[in-house]
Amino acid sequence: MKIDDKLLSYLEDLSCLTLTASEKSQLSDDFGKILEYMDILGGLDTIDVSEMSHPFPHVNAFRPDTVKESTSRELILKNAPHHNGEIIVAPPTYE
Amino acid sequence: MITNSVTDIVENSVTHSVAPSITHSVAPSALELAALLKAKKISVAEVLDHYFGAIEKTDPHLNSFLALAKESALAQAKIVQEKLNLNETLSSLAGVPIAIKDNISTQGIKTACASKMLDGYVPVYDASVVTKLKQAGMIVIGKLNMDEFAMGGSSETGIGGPVHNPWDLSRVAGGSSGGSAAAVAARLVPLALGSDTGGSIRQPCSFCGITGIKPTYGAVSRYGLIAYASSLDQIGPMGVNIDDCAALLKIISGPCEKDSTWVLDKPFDFKESQPNRLDGVKIGLPINYFADGIDKEVAESVLRAAKEFENAGATICEFEMPLLDYVIPTYYIIACAEASSNLSRYDGLKYGHLSKNANTLDEIYRLSRSEGFGIETKRRIMLGSFVLSSGYYEAYYQKALKARALLKKAYDQLFEQYNFIISPVAPTSAYRHGENITDPLKMYIADLYTVGANLAGLPAVSLPCGFDSEGLPLGFQLCGNAFKEADLIMASRVYQARTGHHLKKPEVDF
Repeated sequence: MKIDDKLLSYLEDLSCLTLTASEKSQLSDDFGKILEYMDILGGLDTIDVSEMSHPFPHVNAFRPDTVKESTSRELILKNAPHHNGEIIVAPPTYE
Repeated sequence: MITNSVTDIVENSVTHSVAPSITHSVAPSALELAALLKAKKISVAEVLDHYFGAIEKTDPHLNSFLALAKESALAQAKIVQEKLNLNETLSSLAGVPIAIKDNISTQGIKTACASKMLDGYVPVYDASVVTKLKQAGMIVIGKLNMDEFAMGGSSETGIGGPVHNPWDLSRVAGGSSGGSAAAVAARLVPLALGSDTGGSIRQPCSFCGITGIKPTYGAVSRYGLIAYASSLDQIGPMGVNIDDCAALLKIISGPCEKDSTWVLDKPFDFKESQPNRLDGVKIGLPINYFADGIDKEVAESVLRAAKEFENAGATICEFEMPLLDYVIPTYYIIACAEASSNLSRYDGLKYGHLSKNANTLDEIYRLSRSEGFGIETKRRIMLGSFVLSSGYYEAYYQKALKARALLKKAYDQLFEQYNFIISPVAPTSAYRHGENITDPLKMYIADLYTVGANLAGLPAVSLPCGFDSEGLPLGFQLCGNAFKEADLIMASRVYQARTGHHLKKPEVDF
């Protein structure tokens, strides 16, 4: 499968990434080869097969709904690059 | 007064057969060490002193550790020693040091997933497995190198630089838990935790000549494991023999109220018995694993392991593994799709790398991620975005989920006939640094023998089975049915009791 500039740019947007020129060149080549290999899956007969997203028939393992102390705001903010002591600070999304 | 060194004690207590040019182990196994601690022949502080000394001396050559936790380890050692002095029962591994792969959260100890994206991140909570280790009296001594975000098979892609294989420093230690494997193989720590999404415990164990277990999905809590592919990831033990790994798996397994995907309702409780026969056991041998693309010496070593099981009374049954051509595409489509979703949390705001060149919110997201992630991580995120995108979803992601269902059904049918499936772990022994890193497809295809267990959620062990003509360790895989870890451990014990491959230790006196 050919990965052209338009598709690569679309994938950058979906992935929230901006590639350098050398990364673009490398990844478009890699994607072409990898997807060509993956295309073998198209030959597998999956008519009447249900999708499986989990190894076992899965029922969510709920815990009892009890009130517990949550992690303190002070601790959580320690890892935030920008905060004002109360909340994480980010640039405004409007002008 | 406790004054003995670990090496002194064990030199006098352990005898093994010696292979030419390979020094045999004088460092104790984790259970041997725990017995010495329990008998008060040595103190926890002395044990820590021994291992921190070994790390300081040897790890500059291996690069297996990313962070050491001396202060917290010594504090924990003091608490555990007091309990040992009072003869309190903690666990079979009380006082034993352990190191943790860098994608498992450790409160107060840097956890970066070997990525610039999380450089400097310090978790504010412990992963459930780490909580269980501490409750069991084990001492966390540091964090181990890996491939960035556990995406790789050579431990060359992390920001800490490549891990070197202690059997040959010019070669990779495997991955993604390469730091865990190298550190245990070099006896820099008696036990380690790794994680396995597509073979990341088993393959480095094979490359470094140690033992590891990828548990059944849902047997060990994933809470605090920094997610790569959530329906495939499992944490597991890595050690010098199956008994040590079983003791550690017993501690970390069982329910966790913080992980909604746990399945096992109580921790494993493996029997101590040591059978030396496997009469009546049927082991499947997938002959198409031994066709093209596998190194001759690897194939021969696995067949020799199968013969050893046969000598122990098991029946070896050849069969053709179904769906083999579809396993790698299925795995990489699902793993990359889940990775693209899981790694969308890295935004430069909540934690992790923030670009200095960003001004707007959109720039913060895009530039922080672009600067923070390495090329392999970007490759998998974008592949995942592709297979989930409109127009391609049905042909790739949905198709892979259906292929996964077929594979699970095939395994179910196989385990109606066989107790175990024996196979190679990887098609080669450890390769040289840089040899495969520029060919991602070749690296992906090398996961052929291991990803099936992850897709079907099955347990599998990786056991050493000899050396190739270049002196590099070789391993084989034994896969069992879901939650049949006790059977796998029993069969592994029989194998290791009949062979001495797991006792060999690399020369690390650099």
